[in-house]
Amino acid sequence: MPEVVIRKIVTQVEDVFHEGGPAAKQPYRRGAVLAVIANPYAGKYVADIQGFMEDLKPLGLDMAKRLIAALGVAPGEIEGYGKGAVVGSAGEVEHGALWHAPGGYGMREVLGGTKAIVPSAKKVGGPGARLDVPITHVNASFVRSHFDAIEVGIVDAPRAGEMVLVLAMTTGPRVHNRAGGLAAKDIKGEDGLR
Amino acid sequence: MSAKIRKLVTMIEETFSEGGRAVSPPTRRAAAIAVIENTHAGRFVEDLSDLMAIGEELGELLSRRAVAALGIPGEKVESYGKAAAVGEDGELEHAAAILHPKLGAPVRKVLGKGAALIPSSKKRGGLGVTLDIPLGHKDAAFVRSHFDGMEVRVSDAPRANEIMVAIAVTDSGRPHPRVGGLQKHEIRGEDGLR
Repeated sequence: MPEVVIRKIVTQVEDVFHEGGPAAKQPYRRGAVLAVIANPYAGKYVADIQGFMEDLKPLGLDMAKRLIAALGVAPGEIEGYGKGAVVGSAGEVEHGALWHAPGGYGMREVLGGTKAIVPSAKKVGGPGARLDVPITHVNASFVRSHFDAIEVGIVDAPRAGEMVLVLAMTTGPRVHNRAGGLAAKDIKGEDGLR
Repeated sequence: MSAKIRKLVTMIEETFSEGGRAVSPPTRRAAAIAVIENTHAGRFVEDLSDLMAIGEELGELLSRRAVAALGIPGEKVESYGKAAAVGEDGELEHAAAILHPKLGAPVRKVLGKGAALIPSSKKRGGLGVTLDIPLGHKDAAFVRSHFDGMEVRVSDAPRANEIMVAIAVTDSGRPHPRVGGLQKHEIRGEDGLR
């Protein structure tokens, strides 16, 4: 199994107080953690890559814990999440797909078995590539107030032989949400959708 | 707080490896950024003393947040820097009013010392503009291992009538410094230079 070699970890937290409208009682808090790791499959086609998902599990868990700590809230206060990956130019987008299982696993472990699929985005890009990480409600994907996205990126990553892996979490709805649809208070939270 | 804050963003970057060689302990740096309303956008105002007062408030708020993000006492901070980006309807002088007259004193209070000039940069730009915050040793500007810069960016700021203000702090210099010059263990730290 390839070793997970980390070059850099970046954590960012954002408190949104208002967006031109009335200030929220509690600021809307959003955060992301990004790990820059060596891509063990860069520069060559490797048919069997699935073993690396298992190797990435401890990193997924560590990143989820770091993000919760940086957000400074209890796991139960996390209401939205998402994940993503940017693969350096010597890799394939398929290598980014290896993050689906361990990234989701790490967040579910820390958040206590959330129901909704973790939305994701991935691409191949150069150093400084920006990624819009999609965000949806942790227990019901259709909750409209929680649809959001967090833009992330690292100026010097990913290099050609690297990948940037991302987890993102939010503490509530968009700050001035008023576009209707399924409300968080109305969800059943059984099927992960409504 | 007289500043009208729309958003606060904090980011932490930890480097575990550089040039293929492990960095142990990892070098760590953090930036705290405030996105505030520019009450002078769109018209020429002679007296900028309200922005100077905002600079004093943000000096304390942002340095506290950045130091807290590193999780170390203020005295352990090794280098620092500051920067501001004014939205398209503002003047560079608005950034200067925030950064230069009053912001430094509360920063130095939070850090316990800070004999050196706080290196700075400023610009005008649109949403998502990048700020390269220059970094220098906080007590002796000539310490060569600590010359550095940290790029920060907030994807939705500054709007035309906003200012983005950033403070960065570190617990270290560059990873693997080896270009000589004054070393941090050689400084007197009295005149701010050596």
